Amino acid sequence: MAFDSFSDFVQMGGYGFYVWLSFFLTFLVIAGVALDAAIGRRRLQRQSKTLLRRKQRLSKRQQRQASPVGESKR
Amino acid sequence: MWRWLHPYAKPEATYRLVDRLLPWFAALTIISLAVGMIWGLAFAPADYQQGDSYRIIYIHVPSAIFSMGAYFGMAVMGAIALIWQIKTAEWSIPAIAPVGAAMTAIALFTGAIWGKPMWGTWWVWDARLTSELILLFLYVGVMALYYAFDDQRTGAKAAAILAMVGVVNLPIIHYSVEWWNTLHQGATITKFERPSIATSMLWPLLISLLGFMLLTATLVMMRFKNELLRHELHRPWAQKVLGTAQEAD
Repeated sequence: MAFDSFSDFVQMGGYGFYVWLSFFLTFLVIAGVALDAAIGRRRLQRQSKTLLRRKQRLSKRQQRQASPVGESKR
Repeated sequence: MWRWLHPYAKPEATYRLVDRLLPWFAALTIISLAVGMIWGLAFAPADYQQGDSYRIIYIHVPSAIFSMGAYFGMAVMGAIALIWQIKTAEWSIPAIAPVGAAMTAIALFTGAIWGKPMWGTWWVWDARLTSELILLFLYVGVMALYYAFDDQRTGAKAAAILAMVGVVNLPIIHYSVEWWNTLHQGATITKFERPSIATSMLWPLLISLLGFMLLTATLVMMRFKNELLRHELHRPWAQKVLGTAQEAD
């Protein structure tokens, strides 16, 4: 251990502000990139779901138009 | 080897490979970064000239090295995309560029924060700092070009060319501290000479380097998975992966 006490560790020999600021900002940037990837994944899931629903609606409509039963119902 | 590599031109096979490797990369990233940071911050001795401010080195040097490493990787992918017209290589460009830009930004602002107490200024327009700033602009340019065209494949090609041309900046960054007089200190670790740093400070730095390498890879893989899914969203395999596959009626 290079420091005698926890407050020594926080103060970093007087350079605490600079050391901790750079580590904090670095963490923030990395977390931001990781979060962006996670959000991107969620967005893709939503898009895929929309795509699926559209396809299902389309195939249902086609079925209705194709079968005479569907027509008589209308 | 080509026979082994060839299936990975297929997005689905690439996705499965990346998906299998990602948890290992993520776990090793967290372990190596935790060890490197704690060792560097708390256990490595203080510098005899710079005191404890030098501890910024444990993020500054690794992020700077992999800002260049990521760029080189992106340029290689650009070359593969142009020469062999492999789509997955094209899609890796928007996966790598933002991660590389983030690494460049980290290198720049940790350098500025380190420069303030040591040099008395946040920023000087010297060769090392300016060429690293140009690297950031190159990343931004690659991303902008990639999305600038209605046809994504045209954009990918333009971005690939810029990525390859920009490689010329990498040796400039690397040798800037030798070619020009600069405030920036010389290299701490070189391949050919003994490192100019005490062993007790070197080990945590090497572990941090490993950590940032794995971190860069992990973040790129996370983004690359999204890129693969985005382009293959209409394919059954992608829908199955996203849990929205059409159930049989």
